[in-house]
Amino acid sequence: MALDLLPPIAAQIGQMILVILVAPLLIGVIRKTKARLLCRVGASIFQPYLDLWKLMVKEIVPAHNTSWIYRVAPYVVFSTTWVAAALVPTFATGLMFHGAADLVAIVGLLATARFALALAGMDVGTSFGGLGASREMMISALAEPAMLMVVFTLAMLAHTTHLAAIATFLAHQPIGLQLSLMLVFLTFIAVLLAENGRIPIDNPATHLELTMVHEAMILEYSGRHLAVIEAAAALKLVLYFSVFLCLFAPCGIVTSLESVPAILEGFVLYMAKLLLGGVALAIGETCVAKMRVFRVAEFLGAGLVLGLLAVLLLFASEGVR
Amino acid sequence: MNALCAVSGTTALLAASFVPASFFRFFSTKLLYPICVLLCLFLLAQDVSFLLSGAAPLTLVLPIGLPDIGMRLRLDSLSSFFGIVVNLGGALASFYGIGYGPHDPHHHRARPFIPIFLAAMNLVLMADDAFTFLLGWEGMSLLSWAMVVSNHQEWGNRKAGYIYLLMANFGGLVLLLGFGLLAGHGGHYGFDSIRAMDKPVWMAGLALLLALIGAGSKAGLVPLHVWLPLAHPAAPSNVSALMSGVMTKVAVYGFIRIAFDLLGTPTWWESLIVLLLGGITCVIGVLHAMLQEDLKRLLAYSTVENIGIIFIGLGLAMAFRANGMEAVAALALTAALLHVFNHSLFKSLLFFGAGAVLSGSGERNMDRLGGLIHRMPQTAVAFLIGCVSIAALPPLNGFVSEWLTFQAILLGPQLPWWGLKFAVPVIGCMLALAAALVAACFVKTYGVTFLGRPRTQAAETAHEVDIFSRTTLFILSALCLVAGIVPGFFIEALGPVTQSLVGKSMPAAESLDWFVVVPQSGSLSSYNGLALLLFILISGVVTAWFIHAFASRLTRKTSAWDCGYPAPTPLSQYGGSSFAQPVRRVFGTLLFGARDHVDMPLPGETRPAHFHVSLVDYVWTRLYVPIVQAVRYASAKIEPFQALSIRRYLMFSFFTLIVLLIVVALWH
Amino acid sequence: MTNLTFDISHFLAGGMLVLSFVILYQDRLSSLLNTFAMQATVLAAAVAWQAQVQHAPHLYVTAVIALVFKAAIIPAALRRIMVKLGIHREIEPVVGVGVTLLAGVGLAALSILLLYPVTADAQAFTREDLAFALAVVLLGLLTMITRHNAISQIIGFMSLENGLVLAATGANGMPLVVEISVAFSILIAFLIFGIFVFRMRERFDTVDIHALDRFRKGRA
Repeated sequence: MALDLLPPIAAQIGQMILVILVAPLLIGVIRKTKARLLCRVGASIFQPYLDLWKLMVKEIVPAHNTSWIYRVAPYVVFSTTWVAAALVPTFATGLMFHGAADLVAIVGLLATARFALALAGMDVGTSFGGLGASREMMISALAEPAMLMVVFTLAMLAHTTHLAAIATFLAHQPIGLQLSLMLVFLTFIAVLLAENGRIPIDNPATHLELTMVHEAMILEYSGRHLAVIEAAAALKLVLYFSVFLCLFAPCGIVTSLESVPAILEGFVLYMAKLLLGGVALAIGETCVAKMRVFRVAEFLGAGLVLGLLAVLLLFASEGVR
Repeated sequence: MNALCAVSGTTALLAASFVPASFFRFFSTKLLYPICVLLCLFLLAQDVSFLLSGAAPLTLVLPIGLPDIGMRLRLDSLSSFFGIVVNLGGALASFYGIGYGPHDPHHHRARPFIPIFLAAMNLVLMADDAFTFLLGWEGMSLLSWAMVVSNHQEWGNRKAGYIYLLMANFGGLVLLLGFGLLAGHGGHYGFDSIRAMDKPVWMAGLALLLALIGAGSKAGLVPLHVWLPLAHPAAPSNVSALMSGVMTKVAVYGFIRIAFDLLGTPTWWESLIVLLLGGITCVIGVLHAMLQEDLKRLLAYSTVENIGIIFIGLGLAMAFRANGMEAVAALALTAALLHVFNHSLFKSLLFFGAGAVLSGSGERNMDRLGGLIHRMPQTAVAFLIGCVSIAALPPLNGFVSEWLTFQAILLGPQLPWWGLKFAVPVIGCMLALAAALVAACFVKTYGVTFLGRPRTQAAETAHEVDIFSRTTLFILSALCLVAGIVPGFFIEALGPVTQSLVGKSMPAAESLDWFVVVPQSGSLSSYNGLALLLFILISGVVTAWFIHAFASRLTRKTSAWDCGYPAPTPLSQYGGSSFAQPVRRVFGTLLFGARDHVDMPLPGETRPAHFHVSLVDYVWTRLYVPIVQAVRYASAKIEPFQALSIRRYLMFSFFTLIVLLIVVALWH
Repeated sequence: MTNLTFDISHFLAGGMLVLSFVILYQDRLSSLLNTFAMQATVLAAAVAWQAQVQHAPHLYVTAVIALVFKAAIIPAALRRIMVKLGIHREIEPVVGVGVTLLAGVGLAALSILLLYPVTADAQAFTREDLAFALAVVLLGLLTMITRHNAISQIIGFMSLENGLVLAATGANGMPLVVEISVAFSILIAFLIFGIFVFRMRERFDTVDIHALDRFRKGRA
């Protein structure tokens, strides 16, 4: 019994540490790539680690009227995002807690994190906090149904909403040429960009007043609180990349925790895919301009319609087969 | 003594306490609520023990009521489950009332009606014939109307009461027609004979539609919801909680009783209608809620939304049942019933919280509140738990029932009918949209009311409420937590209900490890609230430990930075309508014809700028206004007949007689 | 018929449907035109695949016609018109993209609901081609209804015709003569449209068809 449980627990803890360690690196790679594409030298890819450390050792400067919500929110955001990231298979399936939450619950956990952050934005009692919170909630109101359409399409193919099972199914079953899968691929990218506040939805590097969303919510944060929030944001990006890899590039994911070389191979493959994804994101972000806030609704609405269309086409092809 | 006798006797006692409550002031102010709490707790205990024992239905015929029918009562698993919802809500509302009553100047007029209102709802649940059912139903409507107009000096409340009375009458009439249809030629109003009767498809379909309209108008299904956001907030807060958290559930009970128990297996198009109505209701309800600034009205609209979610679950259960997929039907029905229970918890919690805000600050307009978390710290914690629950966030209870509904929706593609195949993903999309919007709506509610800086003097000088109110709030918060963390127990308790209605129940918790919830036996999808909570707690503690071990602990409090614009007045914070602006612009332009009107003075002018939002409720202007106009037109046409001479009236009677005689002559 | 054969025809026909949605979504005239050209290319591929599957060599001709005329000549000509009129960078305000797209999804569902039962005994890809083709036709009409700009209306019309060709090839092909004459009538229609747009521009200084309404009201 105890021996049986050992590999899943080890994999679980290993993964939790892995996602935390790799998250700043991913941000660093994205920033470096963007800098190189703009013909700048750019900071080292390890700079985000130093940034986090710098924030940790600085003092925090909260506003007078903030309450305990403001102080607790960063930890809630971080721990729910961390748990969600721990539940997504990265290089291996068969984690200890994989039965605790499926893809719907992971989306729910991220919604909890967003709820906490939006409340913290409102707690400061400034106009920017409210602005960020209200826009973030509007964007998520469209991104969540779009994400659910992705889940729906995959659940129709794999007959489960359990992420590890979907990954195993997609990695090992011949599913042929699925147009629906390509459509939800696009929908998922739209959701990924929206949920992580990337260009063209939001710009993580801006403090231009009228265009901020995520940055407006966390405008007042400083010191260790800001470090925790920044780490959570990086973690969320890793999480979305991992879900993306699970769903659309599951090849090479380790399904049994028996042999060490296989695990190592899976790990190396995962890291390669992750960093490749980071580079691709940086290239994509460099190529497009940021949208006006109310154009975002149309963009995500189109993503949602694409997701609905994917479900429809899947019905159509299953119906005649 | 069997449970049914105990329940009916206690219900009679509850009803009887109306008499001393309305005549003796001492009884009404000091004794009534404690008695209500005790009686409701007794009823609750009876219902819980009946549901958990899984005993066979009990019946009882009392020799009162209509001749040859008498009053038939029956206690089965479904009515005992709803009895739990009603009596838990009733006990807590009465307990809350002990502390809340003295704060509300109009409360004494509503108070005597509370026990008899609770008794009427219990009577609906126990009824085993149409007459008793309608007696309880109409009593419930009438008594709640009396409480809605308890503060009748305000014009808005009188209007709310008028509209409520009209809609309740309409709903009751439709239900009466439905039962009349089901009773058939023989006029068998007993539920057992209706159940045994062989019903043709058209008749079952028509009866179901009538039940949907009748019960839906009470529950608040769009487009029959118009009275709800007017009437629920008008009553005193503990009555609002009862009406929103409990009475709407009795309406859901009425629908389940007729659709699942009396009518038997439905056809697929009936389930499609229920599903679509549910989907539309939840989206329209939450969008309306998002645009409200009155705390209690926002909560009332959110009730409309939750009723939509419940009806989505019921529609799915009907669809799966029509296709003979009992296990999935049990999943959908469990989701709906669990949401009934959960919603009764968190909606009562939120209404009690709104009542606490009202009595603590004297305001219920969010845009005049703010920063209450400093003045009312305990209420703020309980209200936050309510908000997180209703926003369907894990690991609290709202998420569990919505997760189950999603799982049922994800099994929708297995249905053989194309109409449903296409409708189910759309409904899923609507449900996800509604879930995300509810989160936005309650960020707004909590953020504007409790966080930030106080916007008015009233908010600045608010005070924490009395011990009874706070206790009620914390009991409900604890129940929300428990129902979210170990949903398996609640799902298992619902087993007998689904077993009796659709013939299957969800996989029992005993056969699974670690309090995990799975939608179907053998399914790979699973959810485990307890593990999730532990996991979150552990990682939160690890993070906090890490930060406190390695990070700087220096803290310096100062005024907010705000990009270098120090906000001069608390009114520059985001308020309710400004928070809703993005959603209003994206969804409201089409659905509510929302327009922003900005009147900006020219440079140099000294008049203030004005901003005004105009909204159109299309349900009201396109459906109800034409009906009202038609009625006015008809009455204007008929009016002259009221003032005719006697000769003319005689002439009418005479011609009518002649016409009738001719008809009879031609008939033969 | 193997799974892969079906998958490819599903992919191509479904791809046309998706591109119809993209046409509905686009608000920039030049990208609208590119999308249309892409749809025509996918149409050519779909027709060619049907020719391969059904062993009907005359369908290759149809594919070539689609590729040459619709994916190359007509877009090029339209682009010339736009450059000449100086509207190639114009952004057209599209009213209610969200609603239009949702209506589009409804139409697609409707055409599947409509055509699957009546084609129950046909081959799988035929059923699907017919359903998707009807959807493409309806979406083309929807594009024409929701646009104000004459150029986008032309594109909507052409995309509608793409749907017709898809339907024809799905139903085991139509005679080559019919196909060629349809192609030429489309070409004539295009010429008429083109002249019309130029004349309209000359007279009203815009290609917004609201101008015509005003003109008509002025006369009446």
